[in-house]
Amino acid sequence: MAKKNGKKSNMRFSGYRRENGRVGVRNHVVILPLDDLSNAASEAVANNIKGTLAIPHAYGRLQFGEDLELFFRTLIGTGSNPNVAAVVVIGIEDGWTKRVVDGIKKTGKPVTGFGIEGNGDLMTVAKAARVAKDYLQWASELKKEECDISDLWVSTKCGESDTTTGLASCPSVGNMYDKLIPKGIYGVFGETSEITGGEHLAKARAINPKVGEKWYKVWKAYEDDVIQAHKKDDLSESQPTKGNIAGGLTTIEEKALGNLEKIGRTCKYIDVLEPAEAPKNGPGLYYMDTSSAAAECVTLMAAAGYVVHTFPTGQGNVIGNPILPVIKISGNPRTVRTMSEHIDVDVSGILRREMTISDAGDALIEMVLRTANGRLTAAEALGHREYVLTKLYRSA
Amino acid sequence: MAAPHLLVHEKKDTVGVVVVEGLKAGTDMTCVVTADNSSFKLKANMDVPIGHKIALVDIKKGDTVTKYGQDIGKAVANIKKGEHVHIHNLKTKRW
Repeated sequence: MAKKNGKKSNMRFSGYRRENGRVGVRNHVVILPLDDLSNAASEAVANNIKGTLAIPHAYGRLQFGEDLELFFRTLIGTGSNPNVAAVVVIGIEDGWTKRVVDGIKKTGKPVTGFGIEGNGDLMTVAKAARVAKDYLQWASELKKEECDISDLWVSTKCGESDTTTGLASCPSVGNMYDKLIPKGIYGVFGETSEITGGEHLAKARAINPKVGEKWYKVWKAYEDDVIQAHKKDDLSESQPTKGNIAGGLTTIEEKALGNLEKIGRTCKYIDVLEPAEAPKNGPGLYYMDTSSAAAECVTLMAAAGYVVHTFPTGQGNVIGNPILPVIKISGNPRTVRTMSEHIDVDVSGILRREMTISDAGDALIEMVLRTANGRLTAAEALGHREYVLTKLYRSA
Repeated sequence: MAAPHLLVHEKKDTVGVVVVEGLKAGTDMTCVVTADNSSFKLKANMDVPIGHKIALVDIKKGDTVTKYGQDIGKAVANIKKGEHVHIHNLKTKRW
């Protein structure tokens, strides 16, 4: 992958360089069901071949149009993510199974598909398990190599926010991006409805007016076609959520302004991505059109190819992802005390004025590198594997 | 300086955030503006939970409430300096 000016930083980590040049920080062999019907067979394979990872989900049947395109982009993106070494795809029939296999195959990584119709679950599990075993043993011998931090793709999205996220944990992520984007990493933020009240600020953080207009159109479409078209009240308890309100956040405007602290003071986003779309314009910060539901958003960012996620939380969101390590960062002293097993980086010192935002950014960068080197995040250790596909409308 | 009770993002803000647990009515709060590290004192008129907001000035019904130096909604009741600001007296201007 292109390094900025060919220069290397002093920030290094050990990662798995994949066939297409991208670097992963995990080495999963994934058993990926095409559809809800294939979850049972996929989980049976993972039960037989210890160390492989089934990723069950709820959809894959009767979807059409843009919703179907997003579905395939998310599944293919998940299998293509460099945190994944190899993939077994299991579907109810061969056609769409092959479409996912062919999409993942473009990365050059090992991938094989199996259709259940005409075979039944048991025959399918037997055949797929043999391939999964071979993949697992092959992946177990892959060697890590030293990589520059510019090989990292680091995403962000916050959750169960409160007023402390805007004061402490979100600015810590912003400080990290202000320091790492110039070193050539890829970043991404999203949560379209949650910019409402700060849209003038978000638009102004585009690299140029053209990208700013593209962003504004995406925001306006969400506002008009999703929120205004379906709302029955002022969205209190949904956006902001009950948890946000318990934490002291009152309005969407206030929540949005805290959310935007995640993009720091200096970096500008260079393009606007569709949900689950991989960035194509080189290193830099990107915006992705996503909902603010944590698992949906993180699933889309994983499918776009991001390999480490930074997740500020105030009241204590416990989310994880099957393939993307999710680092929790909190500045709320009560949450850090009562939910300590979920928090990777404690920045509550910011509220006591014992820690600066820059100190907190440095602590987060250190945790990103440790995570890239293999440290399991709290969410990984606790077994959080939330994988939620974004559905745009009802199936046919 | 002792740890603050209340943090304020910007000088022009009309609310600040309680950053200590168990804040009691009558506390003479140490307040810090994070933008320039300046500080001032303010008496809390109510028990207010950590993370919740307190008015820095008298706010009239219909006034815009400012935080981060930005509009975060409108007051739907008169709010006195030192009082709790939340969903009972502040509403979004959107949605």
